[in-house]
Amino acid sequence: MAEGGSSGARSEGTRTGAEIMWEVLGREGVDVVFGYPGGAIMPVYDAMLKYSIRHVLVRHEQGAAHMADGYARASGRVGVALATSGPGATNLVTGIATAMLDSIPIVCITGQVSSRLIGSDAFQETDITGVTLPITKHNYLVTRVEDIAPTIREAFYVARSGRPGPVLVDITKDAQQASIDFVWDGRPVRLPGYRPDHRARPEDVKRAADMIDHSERPIVFCGHGVIAAGAGELVGEFVEKTGIPVASTLLGLGGFPATHPLSLGMMGMHGEAWVNRAIQESDLIVALGMRFDDRVTGKLETYAPRAKKIHCELDPAEINKNVHVDLPLVGDVADTLRALLPALSKSHRSAWLARIHELKGDSAVRDIQTLPHCGRLFAAHVLHDLWRITEGKALVVTDVGQHQMWEAQYYKHDFPRKLITSGGLGTMGFALPAAIGAKLAKPEEEVWVVVGDGGFQMTAAELSTCAQEGIKIHVAVINNGYLGMVRQWQQFFYGGRYAATPMRGPDFVKLADAHGLLGMRVTERDQIPAVVATARAAKETAVIDFRVEQEDSVYPMVAAGADLHDMIRRPSPIVETADDD
Amino acid sequence: MSHATRHTFIAYVEDLPGVLNRVTSLLRRRNYNIVSLTVGRTERPGVSRMTIVLDADDDGARRIEANLYKLVNVLWVENTSEAATMVRELALIKVRADANIRSEVMRLCDVFRARVVDVGPEALVAEITGTGDKIDGLVDVLRPFGLVEMVRTGVVAMVRSAEATADRVPLSTRPPPPDDMRAA
Repeated sequence: MAEGGSSGARSEGTRTGAEIMWEVLGREGVDVVFGYPGGAIMPVYDAMLKYSIRHVLVRHEQGAAHMADGYARASGRVGVALATSGPGATNLVTGIATAMLDSIPIVCITGQVSSRLIGSDAFQETDITGVTLPITKHNYLVTRVEDIAPTIREAFYVARSGRPGPVLVDITKDAQQASIDFVWDGRPVRLPGYRPDHRARPEDVKRAADMIDHSERPIVFCGHGVIAAGAGELVGEFVEKTGIPVASTLLGLGGFPATHPLSLGMMGMHGEAWVNRAIQESDLIVALGMRFDDRVTGKLETYAPRAKKIHCELDPAEINKNVHVDLPLVGDVADTLRALLPALSKSHRSAWLARIHELKGDSAVRDIQTLPHCGRLFAAHVLHDLWRITEGKALVVTDVGQHQMWEAQYYKHDFPRKLITSGGLGTMGFALPAAIGAKLAKPEEEVWVVVGDGGFQMTAAELSTCAQEGIKIHVAVINNGYLGMVRQWQQFFYGGRYAATPMRGPDFVKLADAHGLLGMRVTERDQIPAVVATARAAKETAVIDFRVEQEDSVYPMVAAGADLHDMIRRPSPIVETADDD
Repeated sequence: MSHATRHTFIAYVEDLPGVLNRVTSLLRRRNYNIVSLTVGRTERPGVSRMTIVLDADDDGARRIEANLYKLVNVLWVENTSEAATMVRELALIKVRADANIRSEVMRLCDVFRARVVDVGPEALVAEITGTGDKIDGLVDVLRPFGLVEMVRTGVVAMVRSAEATADRVPLSTRPPPPDDMRAA
């Protein structure tokens, strides 16, 4: 490419491939990368010392991918993970798959053995582009130094555009080491076959408005796409105008304020019972940026049988995948809502809202936190009290299992990007590293990790990372001595045979102490405020070991494949009530 | 789910290493069995063309098209099932045919407009081009003589339309890869 001139490209002097990588990351706005060095990525690490981008040394590459993921979810920017070839690269795999299932924009850069060794089963050689092919949005093998800059630019563009997702760039060691005249081409990336943007057709928008205006029992579904598109306020306008209540998916929580009078709460397997029943009684579903996952629908044959479905979704491949929809509006959710809003009539739906209130009265899940102090500590107590103490403003990163569902039920999120959780892949071990990434993206936020004793032990080594990097977060270990969700399934569906679910952990207080962090234990509910206050006042990361009721279960529950309205309810003697306080 | 029927897709893809793998990996991941897949170069440098045949219901076929478009290296996709399309396959069939029956085998080949491209003392090789059904028909009548070996190319398809594909398929703007990296 010519120097300067109309092409917009200009020469910046001689650079190695490794230096070019850092130059391009800087120009993409990257301020921190999460990584772990090794043989095939050493030229990149050597060059790193010349650049001001912060590097966070993780304790396992899975942590690097989750940190990049947490960074991306908290900020909406692309997160970056760095690893060496072979085991370094394969250790990223779980984190990449996690980001893929939840459409999170991350770029993973891996070192690869030198191009002349590729295919020879060289030391630490793995075909990582082959391995990650089905779990990345796209990936690249770069063998020539001149391809590094355009490929990394392309990787960022692909990761964040359209439906976001993880992109992996595998760079051979010889390409990192080689030098060229670095030419920066700042023009927008153009890919001939990549058309990520779609826009709903005006006649379909008009039809949608008619369907909405003529509906009597409509529900809006708030999915992850609302948050990804930054469409929360538009959903608010939509709801104000139409008076339609909102149910959220797990990843949609916070997209619409949980404390809004028209917010119903979470739907699906562990959703509020009244939400699931309202869905089954509805005559119109307006699904915004969600994909009708099996955890949301229950049995498809009996799902929302009376409801017409309008599906607003950016990815055309999601249309009619699980649920047949009457009207797809393929496009960015924010664009679609902007087009739809002026076409809607202002209305109230008092009969329908009264019916939902009736359903709510007889089937609330908010049951345990209202119990008077009874000497037992329930996870619901912990989450409810954390919500109250932090005034619902914390950025909460959860792991996967019972505590994740309790968090979704009891911590009411009023703001987007304040709940970070692995929804699609359900990755245990996600929370602690993702929270480190989130904290670095949003240093001003109070970040809480909510994690089970099982998931915590999967990636607890990242406590070391917190200590070394001086990262201040709070870790609430919901410790019941079981792999609780599996234990619950064993109790409900496997005759109470607790195969491999009782789990003995280390002393988490001492574990924190061993890392130079603050460790505390809570065994009774009235200890919570003081311990939380101590944790918040501390300079270092605090780990709180909440010793909760061991064999509590998440209610209500729709068994896998059961009708959405067929819910397992909490047995007495604990009385269910809809009152919050 | 509605009934699965046979669908033939034409896909224009960038001629880059690993693109065939991306396409087949997508179909495997989404649990489709490929009936036939052919790939070759086109009239345009840097662009390859695939003909993909598989069984899917109508919703599934539409999602396959949408998923193919999600592959960054896929330039253009058409499901030809509803268009007027020419579909051709080529087969080489080696059949037992000694001097006693050779003329009978050759007559049968003639009926199917297959060409005899090699004759030996014990066997001959017929070359046939046509639809899968036509090839199946020849194979059925030759089978009693003894099939020694057979190879079929898989289907290629072209829509009967005067519209140039260049008008529909976006131009590849990438620099061509070095020759040693060029592979389907």
